[in-house]
Amino acid sequence: MTDLSTTYLGLNLKNPLVASASPISKNIDKARKLEEAGVSAIVMYSLFEEQIIHESLELDHFLTRGTDSFAEALTYLPDGGMYSIGAEKYINQVAGLKKALTIPVIGSLNGVSKGGWTKYARQIQDAGADALELNLYYIPTDIDLTAQELENAQVELVAEVKSAISIPLAVKLSPFVTALPNFARRIVEAGADGLVLFNRFYQPDFDLEELAIVHSLDLSTSTELRLPLRWISILHGKVNADFALTSGVHTATDVLKAMMSGAKVAMMASNLLHNGDQVIPSMLNELSWWMESHEYESIKQMQGSMSQKSVREPAAFERANYMKVLGSWRDLP
Amino acid sequence: MKQPIIMTDGNEATASVAHRSNEVIAIYPITPSSGMGEFSDEWSAKGKKNLWGTTPLVIEMQSEGGAAGAVHGALQTGALTTTFTASQGLLLMIPNMYKIAGELTSTVFHVAARAIASHALSIYGDHQDVMAVRQTGWALLSSGSVQEAQDFAAISQAATLKSRVPFIHFFDGFRTSHEVTKIFQLTDEELRLMLDDDLVRAHRARGLTPENPVLRGTAQNPDVYFQMREASNNYYTATPAIVQEMMDKFAQITGRHYNLFDYSGHADAERVIIIMGSGGEVVDETVDYLAKKGEKVGCLRVRLYRPFSIEYFIKGLPKSVKSLAVLDRTKEPGANGEPMYLDIVNALMEGKRADIKVIGGRYGLSSKEFTPAMAKAVLDEMSKPEPKNHFTVGINDDVSHTSLEVDSSFTLESEGMVSCVFFGLGSDGTVGANKNSIKIIGEETSNFAQGYFYYDSKKSGTVTISHLRFGPQAIRAPYLIEANQATFVACHQYAFLERVDMLKYAKEGAIFLLNSLYGPEEIWAELPQEVQKDILQKKLKFYVINGYDVAEKTGMGGRMNTIMQTAFFAISGILPRDAAIAEIKHAIEKSYGKRGEAVVKQNFEAVDATIANLYEVKVPAEINSVTTRRLPVPKEAPEFVRDVLGQIIDSDGDNIPVSAFPVDGTFPTGTTQWEKRNLALEIPVWDADLCIQCGKCVMVCPHAVIRHKVYDEKLVAGALETFKHTPSKFKEFSSGFAYTVQVAPEDCTGCTLCVEVCPVKDKRAVGRKAINMEPQPALREAEAKNWDFFMSIPDMDRKLFNPSTIKNSQLLRPLFEFSGACAGCGETPYVKLVSQLFGDRSVIANATGCSSIYGGNLPTTPWAKNADGRGPAWSNSLFEDNAEFGLGMRLTIDKQTEYARELLKSFEQTLSTELVEAILNADQSDETGIGAQRERVVELKDKLSKSSDTRAKDLISLADNLVKKSVWIIGGDGWAYDIGYGGLDHVMASGRNVNILVLDTEVYSNTGGQSSKSTPRAAVAKFAMSGKSLPKKDLGLIAMSYGYVYVARVAMGANDQQTLRALIEAEAYDGPSIVIAYSPCIAHGYDLSKSLEQSKLAVQSGHWPMYRYDPRLAIQGQNPLVIESKEPSIPVSQYAYNETRYRMLTQMNEGRAEELMKEAQHDAKARWTLYQQMASMHYGNGNEETKS
Repeated sequence: MTDLSTTYLGLNLKNPLVASASPISKNIDKARKLEEAGVSAIVMYSLFEEQIIHESLELDHFLTRGTDSFAEALTYLPDGGMYSIGAEKYINQVAGLKKALTIPVIGSLNGVSKGGWTKYARQIQDAGADALELNLYYIPTDIDLTAQELENAQVELVAEVKSAISIPLAVKLSPFVTALPNFARRIVEAGADGLVLFNRFYQPDFDLEELAIVHSLDLSTSTELRLPLRWISILHGKVNADFALTSGVHTATDVLKAMMSGAKVAMMASNLLHNGDQVIPSMLNELSWWMESHEYESIKQMQGSMSQKSVREPAAFERANYMKVLGSWRDLP
Repeated sequence: MKQPIIMTDGNEATASVAHRSNEVIAIYPITPSSGMGEFSDEWSAKGKKNLWGTTPLVIEMQSEGGAAGAVHGALQTGALTTTFTASQGLLLMIPNMYKIAGELTSTVFHVAARAIASHALSIYGDHQDVMAVRQTGWALLSSGSVQEAQDFAAISQAATLKSRVPFIHFFDGFRTSHEVTKIFQLTDEELRLMLDDDLVRAHRARGLTPENPVLRGTAQNPDVYFQMREASNNYYTATPAIVQEMMDKFAQITGRHYNLFDYSGHADAERVIIIMGSGGEVVDETVDYLAKKGEKVGCLRVRLYRPFSIEYFIKGLPKSVKSLAVLDRTKEPGANGEPMYLDIVNALMEGKRADIKVIGGRYGLSSKEFTPAMAKAVLDEMSKPEPKNHFTVGINDDVSHTSLEVDSSFTLESEGMVSCVFFGLGSDGTVGANKNSIKIIGEETSNFAQGYFYYDSKKSGTVTISHLRFGPQAIRAPYLIEANQATFVACHQYAFLERVDMLKYAKEGAIFLLNSLYGPEEIWAELPQEVQKDILQKKLKFYVINGYDVAEKTGMGGRMNTIMQTAFFAISGILPRDAAIAEIKHAIEKSYGKRGEAVVKQNFEAVDATIANLYEVKVPAEINSVTTRRLPVPKEAPEFVRDVLGQIIDSDGDNIPVSAFPVDGTFPTGTTQWEKRNLALEIPVWDADLCIQCGKCVMVCPHAVIRHKVYDEKLVAGALETFKHTPSKFKEFSSGFAYTVQVAPEDCTGCTLCVEVCPVKDKRAVGRKAINMEPQPALREAEAKNWDFFMSIPDMDRKLFNPSTIKNSQLLRPLFEFSGACAGCGETPYVKLVSQLFGDRSVIANATGCSSIYGGNLPTTPWAKNADGRGPAWSNSLFEDNAEFGLGMRLTIDKQTEYARELLKSFEQTLSTELVEAILNADQSDETGIGAQRERVVELKDKLSKSSDTRAKDLISLADNLVKKSVWIIGGDGWAYDIGYGGLDHVMASGRNVNILVLDTEVYSNTGGQSSKSTPRAAVAKFAMSGKSLPKKDLGLIAMSYGYVYVARVAMGANDQQTLRALIEAEAYDGPSIVIAYSPCIAHGYDLSKSLEQSKLAVQSGHWPMYRYDPRLAIQGQNPLVIESKEPSIPVSQYAYNETRYRMLTQMNEGRAEELMKEAQHDAKARWTLYQQMASMHYGNGNEETKS
């Protein structure tokens, strides 16, 4: 009998397959089905502070617009209600998921203001989340903003959030960092217990007929696994944190690769969104079958087994593939 | 018992009592009473209980007539029932009021008394409506202040239960209904003590029940009707004493004592004014002031007007009285005097005081100001040996010379009173901030406080004036702050300096606060001369703040409210600065806290940033400005526009004499063109190189400020260099023709719909279009000249092109232009299109609502004329009767056309047969045919003009009917779906050739967003606070059921071509047609510049399917229904949740929102399926054999 258990952020998980942040967690019934299907933990959809601010200002704008302008219509919409704006809905969902599920629930947060990050982090913790994942989603467009300034700000932010909460903290990183290992180390030193690699961003597309920018969410494919796979392999053992691999996890094989790179968990969203929770039991079965057939005793046994420090040719992670083909040789006796 | 002190207005104070003391409330919105219904609905939606612990049931009806019927039924079955109304609404209740009184049924209707539409509609206050029900057998109880409105609501409720006589409790619309002031709030315990449960149970016991069946509402014959009419006399006789008993009881409970007739003034008064309502406050104050100076004057305020008690009246008068002046706030043309005057004359006779001289006069119609100076003028008149009777006061009647001279320098100044006047733009939040300020002053200081707010009649770019008073003594001043009386004047919009004389209000030494684009060092030179002069002469302390800058930096956008409020408190010193800021922040939290922290934070930041940007200006000693204030209208405007409408635009309408006005309410059209409002900060600029000349920008413009023309290229020669033109791409006018798109820079509201609709994208930078917004000030002067030049270019001859394409249709001159509708209004593009296509031969019946306000509210009208002087002839009758009103117009045209044709035939011998035949058989199906017929009619008239035959004269007077006329019946969904539906149905059924345009905003827009039967399921509206639970009525489907009505459902934003086609077909159809037009509205709660996109989503989701149903197709054996939108391709929620009206329900009650949205989705699908089935049915043409 193979042992699929793992630990992540100090949480004991029955297997390494975790549902990553997606709209599925907005629905408690669907989350419950994920648990029944076998995921070992669930990362909630992100609480976006910017969205809370937007909703608040938007409601105010449209309830106010046109008011007190015309004697017959001093207002245009009734304003008698208490509005559920702010983190309340999200916090209630954390509590609801905790009540409905036995697996760990990990909150996810994307803030814009310093006060917002720490306040909402604490609220998510108080609602019962087992851990918190910070979603450092930021697209720098300001030409005057340097990498150093941005990184410093993010490191500072992690430290502040960490000091505000007592539950474990993971940080989801962007792949677009010039010197990722150094940045990863600084994030961990600032207090992150885990690193989640990588954030996938909505990428705008062009509609050539309409000459318009269009936004659509493309689900990931297994080929996207390679980017986080490389970086976890590189960082494993160098940075003292639990790694979660997200992006491109679709099959049991992908989970195995993630584990071998050094990840403690493999996170999956696109496959769940596309195929539903029924993919989970078969993935877990396949995982066990593969381990049994290859005589692995446990997941822990393989974690990091193919990371940079564990392989015979560490430089493989540092070169591009074509270099390996064209440029590799060995001295013959 | 401690009485809570609150700041409130008359509507809220009254509704609070009504809601607590009733079980059923049937409502219908009508200004200025709507607030009472809205409060009741809101409280019941929140589960607020009445005195007996149950939440009153509130129901919105389809009209006031419907509300009265529902009230009658609820009363007849024993519920404590009420309603709120005003004006025409009360008139619609009259039939039921007779019934309710005849059946001796206890109820109180609360009325915010308002003018009646006669020569014109007015939403403002007077007693014409309540005087029109004085004969119905209802008691009439009049309150004159917000405090009294609350108190009399309770007294009337108690009195009706005991007397069984139904009561109208009324107060002055706007002046009392909307004045915010400090009152002692009636607690539940106090109200409970007023109402006797035994009487409540007795009322209930009189209710109809099968357990104890009785019959009411019989029909009677000459033998007994009369006797029964007399049978209830004793109840009326007893009522005055019962009301006084309740007033005495009320005094015991609250300490506030009232009488049926309340006297104030000199104990030995010889001259006494008799008055009802808020005017009584003015007279009270005036006589108190004069009596203290020894003048023997007094005021008798009539509280209970019906049943009129001669006994109490005589008792209320001091014995010393020698003369009376009765002031009526109403007008009864042709009567021997106004009603209260006649009552008093009779009372003196029957009360054996015929020794007293009495005169009567009118004052205060439509909220006309009534001031202490006017009250004094009446008292002075009484002193004359031959005082004027049937006088007017407050106007200059230079026609029938009824008016009294008023010495406007007479004012009453209360010691320590502070008077402040604030000028704002509707959208900048000035009024809201001042409501907050006066509440802070009233509730957080020991001051008495009063706020009253004036609005002009535009829906965009409104100028608001807030009048705030506060001080240590009770404020009894139900009139605006007068000239030279304000101790604080604030101008919240810099642009007002050049067009509004605001410093006329300032007292010597007052403070003037200006929201300034310039700093304290630069501002002086920028002020118009008149402003500099006032500052110097009145020795004003002058402060500036760049509120625009603070607003931009703190994310407040165009809202100056918080900033200017903070500046006001900082300068005025009413509270210590820190305390004031703390209170402002507290008020912000209270007002906006429930909308989320971000709003509060943003406002807090604005407060904090204000103080640092506030400066006192060191005023130089000399006037050195080179600019002067602008004229209200240009000098070249027609005389009536310049001398009358211009004076109204200049906020000086009060001083226009009677002789200046038409006697029958008739006004010239085409007058908005003279009212240059310069509202837009940015205006569209045309890029001739990119333009494809599609005309969509012209079509979509709600205000007709962007137009295009194709014209002889030689005409360009006279243009300015900045005038843009390019060769025409129109296939009909390709060679030798130039093309121009021109914007009216001073009329544009800056809504940006033209930019949104422009399909062109610059290949070098796709964000740039053929129309782009640029700042207005730099363009204003040159583009104004270019506009004038553009307008001087002749319109293309209508006969030379087919208007069935968008670009061609927009060559037709809009005869509806520059309206005061909201920026981005979704209604006006349809109205404008109708005016272009058919305006030169249209008669329009317009239902009361937004379209009658932006179409016909003085000072100016957007309905216009073409170069030939032809254009739409427009009229508004009422809200409820518009379809019938329009049908009447059709009947006249039909009859007179028939008669003209009959006469014409009789002239066949004397005129040329060819001409007569040509006229009688003319094909007028297109513009060429209509143009040719017009020429024939001119020829006919010319020929007939030489005849002395009376039939010839008749025919000349009727001959214009021989040219095809187009009758349009226009109104909103409140009219078409609700109050006017019965008439609409009948008019459609009549088969007559009328064209009905329903501007469907899915809500009562004009009265502030109340739910109609058009409101879709899941949307929040007033009277549907928890989301409308039932689907939108399918008016089109009902219309289709006739089979001979042309029906179209259109959405210009989604498909402009379909709209154009539908309107042309509807007009061409020789029978009734109805076009239901999707009309984005400010009440939907989204940025209206996105309304085109949103319209598309409404269609794509199936919320708004588009179709045409043409009965002519059925005659040809084809299916008449052509669906022109595709099968729903997106969920309804994707359309709906772009709008606050839907989205706010998800924030208030997510579960209910989800449930209703699910049902709304089902509605869309079911509707689509049904239409699909209808559209795919096989139609025979009636000639097929029936298979057996």
